[in-house]
Amino acid sequence: MKNKKWGLIILGLAIFVIAVTFPFWHGIGKSKPVPVLSLDTPLIAAMQNKKCVEDKAFMRANHMKMLNTWRDEAVREGHRLYTTKDGRVFEKSLTGTCIQCHSNKEQFCDRCHNYVGAKPSCFDCHVIPGEVKK
Amino acid sequence: MTTNRRDFLKIAGASALTLITPSILNPLWAKETVRIPGQDFTPAKALAAKRWAMVVEPAKCPEGCTDCTAACHAVHNVPNFGNPKDEVKWIWTEPFAAVFPGENHRYQGQSLQKMRLPVLCNHCENPPCVRVCPTKATFRRPDGIVMMDYHRCIGCRLCMAGCPYGARSMNYRDPRPFIARFNPDFPTRTKGVVEKCNFCEERLAKGIMPACVLACKEKALTFGDAENSRSEVRLAIDKRFSLPRRAGLGTAPQVYYIL
Repeated sequence: MKNKKWGLIILGLAIFVIAVTFPFWHGIGKSKPVPVLSLDTPLIAAMQNKKCVEDKAFMRANHMKMLNTWRDEAVREGHRLYTTKDGRVFEKSLTGTCIQCHSNKEQFCDRCHNYVGAKPSCFDCHVIPGEVKK
Repeated sequence: MTTNRRDFLKIAGASALTLITPSILNPLWAKETVRIPGQDFTPAKALAAKRWAMVVEPAKCPEGCTDCTAACHAVHNVPNFGNPKDEVKWIWTEPFAAVFPGENHRYQGQSLQKMRLPVLCNHCENPPCVRVCPTKATFRRPDGIVMMDYHRCIGCRLCMAGCPYGARSMNYRDPRPFIARFNPDFPTRTKGVVEKCNFCEERLAKGIMPACVLACKEKALTFGDAENSRSEVRLAIDKRFSLPRRAGLGTAPQVYYIL
């Protein structure tokens, strides 16, 4: 009787340890290629000085925070224009500014979002021109 | 080893110091939030007012005309679910008895009884929807527009219960398949979000008058600044008798009807 109880406890502990450590050993040995983001859109191709709203490193790390700030400032405070660190002015708008250049959502936004498992809800409402009727 | 009083106090003091470390580290965390410069920039083109208001002259409306509704719903990606239960509406028409229940009586003239009046969000001075919204998704701007931040709407529908004009609609289903043509300049909504007229605030910011006002060929809708005594709305209501809807409720509606 006593031994049987210990067996159950150890079995339970083993299941627990396996479940908790699953994320750590699940990916071992597998490698996914880092997504290659395409900047091949007509508007970017036509640009003389290929520059995003802010520099690449900043945009890569902070675009989601920046969009959240844009959202709050534009909707709640009515401040619709963004001046960059180097003095250029943009409208605070996902579809009006970002998507104008990055019109290839599947090859740009989605590739990285899918790779890191991010599911932004932006596009549930904000319509991408040309990518409608889902 | 026995602890003497002096050592005990040292350890207690050092432990107490660790409690304040989060406040020292805080500035390092705070750096993560993105500070965006240049927020106070207002585009020169934008139409601004102290108090946006609208004047409706239903007598000018031709029978069966839906130009204002069609224009508004096309501009704002309003879905057409095809049944009155799920209907989403920003501007629509109602019979006189429904628009002015307090002003109606059984001997009211036939012309008024048969009339269908355009109705929309009244952008109240004292909006009950704003008061009841638990997430502040609905808020009142300094220029009087009662606006919705769809990002924050949790679909609780308290605003719909609070609004005495029925100006708010809930998306009980995913609206996207029911939008005939998308206007990419304005977002759609998702299932579980309430929506209503926004006095075309996104167009005012670009210097364009509201879609319904521009779409009306009979000029039955007038839009302007109620605080400016020389504005179009003030000129329209200055000489004639005008009526806001259900003024007795104390919501102070800013859509005035000339009957």
